[in-house]
Amino acid sequence: MNSHKSFHLFNYAFFIVLSLLCLLPIVHVLAESFSSNSAVTSGMVDLWPVDFTLDSYRYVLSKPELYRAFGISVERLAAGTLINLVLCVMIAYPLSKEVKSFRARTFFAWFFVFTMLFNGGLIPSYMVVRYTGLLDSIGALTLSNAVNVFFVVLMLNFFRGLPKELEEAAFVDGAGHWTTLWRIYVPLSTPSIATIALFSMVFHWNSWFDGLIFMNSPDHYPLASYLQTVVNVSLQQLMEQGDLNNLVEVSDRTARAAQILVTTAPILVAYPFLQRYFVKGIVLGSVKG
Amino acid sequence: MNARLKRELPLYLLILPGVLLVLVYNYVPMLGSVIAFQKFVPALGVFKSKWIGLDNFQYLFALPSFEQVLWNTVLIACMKIAAGLIVAIAVAVFLNEMLHEKMKRLVQTFIYLPHFLSWVVLGGILIEILSPNGGIVNRILAGLGINPIFFLGSNHWFQPTLVVSDVWKEFGFGTIVFLAAITGIDPALYESAELDGASRLRKMRHITLPGLASTIVLMMTLSLGNVLNAGFDQIFNLYSPVVYQSGDILDTMVYRIGFEDAQYGVATALGMFKSVVSLPLISVAYWLAYRFANYRIF
Repeated sequence: MNSHKSFHLFNYAFFIVLSLLCLLPIVHVLAESFSSNSAVTSGMVDLWPVDFTLDSYRYVLSKPELYRAFGISVERLAAGTLINLVLCVMIAYPLSKEVKSFRARTFFAWFFVFTMLFNGGLIPSYMVVRYTGLLDSIGALTLSNAVNVFFVVLMLNFFRGLPKELEEAAFVDGAGHWTTLWRIYVPLSTPSIATIALFSMVFHWNSWFDGLIFMNSPDHYPLASYLQTVVNVSLQQLMEQGDLNNLVEVSDRTARAAQILVTTAPILVAYPFLQRYFVKGIVLGSVKG
Repeated sequence: MNARLKRELPLYLLILPGVLLVLVYNYVPMLGSVIAFQKFVPALGVFKSKWIGLDNFQYLFALPSFEQVLWNTVLIACMKIAAGLIVAIAVAVFLNEMLHEKMKRLVQTFIYLPHFLSWVVLGGILIEILSPNGGIVNRILAGLGINPIFFLGSNHWFQPTLVVSDVWKEFGFGTIVFLAAITGIDPALYESAELDGASRLRKMRHITLPGLASTIVLMMTLSLGNVLNAGFDQIFNLYSPVVYQSGDILDTMVYRIGFEDAQYGVATALGMFKSVVSLPLISVAYWLAYRFANYRIF
């Protein structure tokens, strides 16, 4: 009985430490963002703000670039998620049919799966976006990754789990595939559609590299790409600092901390409420897949 | 025959837009890889650029850094795969023992969180906390009497930093698959072990872990396809010329040759090298998973 108790004590302690390990880096940067620059540079800030101030947020939120980038991110997220979802449903429905009712199913299934096995690589993909005239537009960020095969697999597994009688009844009542899909399948699939929507939104909000290469000017960067340029500056400063032994004074550390948090805020705020949908989706995909 | 086509026509129409987009943005680039055999000039396009045979590949393989980069890629990827699996399995097994359901869910919420943050954000956080001048990690080390470590600026420390921070980001999320598999273990096994007086640790060792064996093998097999994916997003946000020796990987090299040096043909050749080596690995991984674990993508 005693060993039983000590095991649980150890287990609780272990998981408290593990949870803290995942949270504290973010809390530390949060504390820095609310501290004064001098407190941060003299290494006084741990997990609580020192010389509490909103200066860095005032500074970051006063920049017009931030709002422009935010607007582009929102636009991209809305358009990108919608495109992802609609295409996902439209591809998953035919692929969820059996070969006898959709003869080309096997061919199309391989057509999509092959893109998971092989890709043309960075430069040819970039060139195609360039030649299709999408460079420097939202289209580059939404159309070049319009189809996500993982989402399709998730969706089609869900469709397959729906009772066959539904479709048969709909056909008897004279409905076609189109009506059956939008009027019956889609409304019944809201849990998995919500999961896919969430994944797609996180993907679009977090994507930074495509903005970096497809947008010609930083004025057109989405928020994540804009943050990348900010983070990159701090990396360069860090390296110079290491090279010259402390000759370069790193300023703006609090501003960068604020910048990081402003960019992450939507995810941090929404995440606790939506977490279970993510997990449900993953389990669905991995267990059935 | 005709009636059949008529019946299936709506299905073709539904799938058509997706097929067209994938054709243009996934398959055309595959064909476009032929620029690996060209001295490619964007203004001339694929059809007018000069064909130069295998020159780009010869140039690449002769680069003094090529071997190092290939080795870095495989080493970093394999260390991440191994460490990630071990930590995820261990955490899942112990998390399963947590009796308090609410507490368990809270822990899950916390440890899944880093997965949803991008490497730009985590890169920014790591640069801040790992700084040799007053970064909080080095302040803690100083408290323990250890000299400051320049994690992101030393070839000795860069790879361990990559592996640890990657495990930190992904271990929580990695537990999901294993936790799901644990729920599939027959509870009768635990009950009879209990009757025999087996301790908790013994049950974990002799029931939970063996119960996970097939999932573990499956996950190991599937990661075979990732041995050339060392994590572009992470490294791009953390590396600098000082640590190219230990941290430069195929993907970052493709980026630099392509976008910084504008040597499109050479960069494409390098990308093609990676894809061509990966294809059989990924195919074998899926085939093995299908053959022995009945794992199917579709």
